[in-house]
Amino acid sequence: MRAQSRIAFILLLTPLLLWLGLLILIPHIDMALISLRERISFGVYETSLLQYQKALTEPLYLRTFWRTAVMSVLATAITLLIAFPVAYYIAKMARGRLQQVLFMLCLIPFYVSELVRTFGWMILLRETGLISNLLQWAGLADQPVEMLYNDAAMMVGLVYTSMLFMVVPLVTTLESLDDSVVEAGYDLGGNGLSVLREIIIPHAMPGIVSGCIVVFMLSLGNYLTPTMLGGKDSLWFTEMIYNQFIVRSNWELGAAFGFMLLVLSSVIVWGMLRLTGRTLQETMG
Amino acid sequence: MTRTILLTSILIAGLAGAAQAETLRLLTWGGYAPDDVVQMFEEQTGHTVEVTKSNNEEMIAKLRATGGGGFDLAQPSQDRVMGPQMEFGIYKPIDMSKIDQSQFIESMLMATMANTTVGDEVYGVPHVWGTSGLVMNTAEAGEVVKDYTDLCDPAVAGKVSYRLKRPTLIGFAFAMGEDPFAAYGDEAKYTEIMEKVEAKLIECKANVKTYWGGGDELMNLVRSGEVTASMAWDTGGWKLNDDNADITFVAPASGALGWIDTFVLPAKGQADEAAYAWINFVMQPEIAARITAAAGNFTASAGADEFAEDALKAKYQASFPQEAIDNIKWYPPVPAGLESIEGEVLDRVQAAN
Repeated sequence: MRAQSRIAFILLLTPLLLWLGLLILIPHIDMALISLRERISFGVYETSLLQYQKALTEPLYLRTFWRTAVMSVLATAITLLIAFPVAYYIAKMARGRLQQVLFMLCLIPFYVSELVRTFGWMILLRETGLISNLLQWAGLADQPVEMLYNDAAMMVGLVYTSMLFMVVPLVTTLESLDDSVVEAGYDLGGNGLSVLREIIIPHAMPGIVSGCIVVFMLSLGNYLTPTMLGGKDSLWFTEMIYNQFIVRSNWELGAAFGFMLLVLSSVIVWGMLRLTGRTLQETMG
Repeated sequence: MTRTILLTSILIAGLAGAAQAETLRLLTWGGYAPDDVVQMFEEQTGHTVEVTKSNNEEMIAKLRATGGGGFDLAQPSQDRVMGPQMEFGIYKPIDMSKIDQSQFIESMLMATMANTTVGDEVYGVPHVWGTSGLVMNTAEAGEVVKDYTDLCDPAVAGKVSYRLKRPTLIGFAFAMGEDPFAAYGDEAKYTEIMEKVEAKLIECKANVKTYWGGGDELMNLVRSGEVTASMAWDTGGWKLNDDNADITFVAPASGALGWIDTFVLPAKGQADEAAYAWINFVMQPEIAARITAAAGNFTASAGADEFAEDALKAKYQASFPQEAIDNIKWYPPVPAGLESIEGEVLDRVQAAN
């Protein structure tokens, strides 16, 4: 009997170990080794820290690195601000059918691929696009308005893409909040603001933190939206990794960039958990 | 018993058949292997063809990742054969005796062979050639834009686009009176030229609407009128010319940049017979003319011009008077190391404000 359960355990564990080993661990070790190489001449490489030195001293790389981090944090904050009232309405105010319909409405855009959604934004925002024409028709603009290819357009795209991943965990945690607790808050003399601060937000904290982590990771690792909506000024760090690997054939620097991004996201997630005084276990479990 | 024998014989026949008819995994550009040509080839030779569309950088990155495996025939530009071969060894030599050399335009074949020779082995033969220069709406920007550097003219501010890739650097260098190709062997001189180009491109950045990435993106920008002048391939201009007679390809005053896409055999290719068969098949004049019709560019096939569409020939002649043809700057093989200099320049331009 014991031998049997052991076999079952091993069988169940194997896919996970294979997944972790073959798809995550080994490629990362290989990447780490590549990032520690320096090209001397044709096919000759030496071990060195040159790539990291380059990545950390070249102002351009550092600037892009921080820009990507700050913009991702900003995108996460904006997503939270927009998603919270939406999630609250769905979880607490809407009832029955309306609740399901609203939830579906959040989900439906994700039935199509990210590429198509981004193209949708391009059709709306471009100079000969819908919004520009509408403004001219309404007399609010006397010439075509270009709204594409800037940071604001990119931010819109990022927030839109990650909306769902914030709404879902928020709805789940807010639904578990008992209405009577909120009522009790008002009975004890609280106003809207203090009830929100003292009761609703603390209760929703696990949802907020896990939503923020997911959205932050998605924004940081997004390639399509910054490239398509961002235009000439908005270099995103993932785009730089792609450039190094594919366009410049410089795998060594690309691998070093990849590791920097991994460290950055780990540090920011750790910081976020520390700041809110939560552990990873509480948030994920 | 008879059933077993029957089955076995079918199996053996199947295996024997498989040994002759190979699957050709072709890594190529959009339009270079049109469906009708693939179908004719499959019917005539029994081989099957799997087409993967890509571009120069991705072709080399793909072959590099597998050490030259996964494909049986690839089509990088001729300047991207020698360097990657010396660096990564991702191609195998071409057996010229298996190629019907009489089907090629001789001068182009010789030039490509010379440019793709490593040691004493030849690694590439030419297929499709074309140029990059300026695609513009001649009615709106024709007066102002005569050369690459004119894209920075205030008269066309916010209405121009180009790619942030090496052809732009090379084109601007020529337009600024430099000769980057002559400096290929001299890294210090090349860096100096690239620094000048970098300063110019950063100064020019405010003029640019956006840096285009793919051909279709540019087509949309020009067709909608949001962009009136751009650096692009000749075929792009000729295609748009069908929709709007004002838009066409113009060879810049400093010279269009000429490229030749080649055939190379990846190092771990498994269907060499099919690969040679494909090369000899598509270089026949009638077939080459079909590829010209699909891709919009002319091929290195001798005599294919006769079969090309008159409309395309007319556009070609309008864009390229004789002196513009003589002025085409053909890309020499890129020495290793230059691309990292260019890469840093491009990164800085993209990040500049």
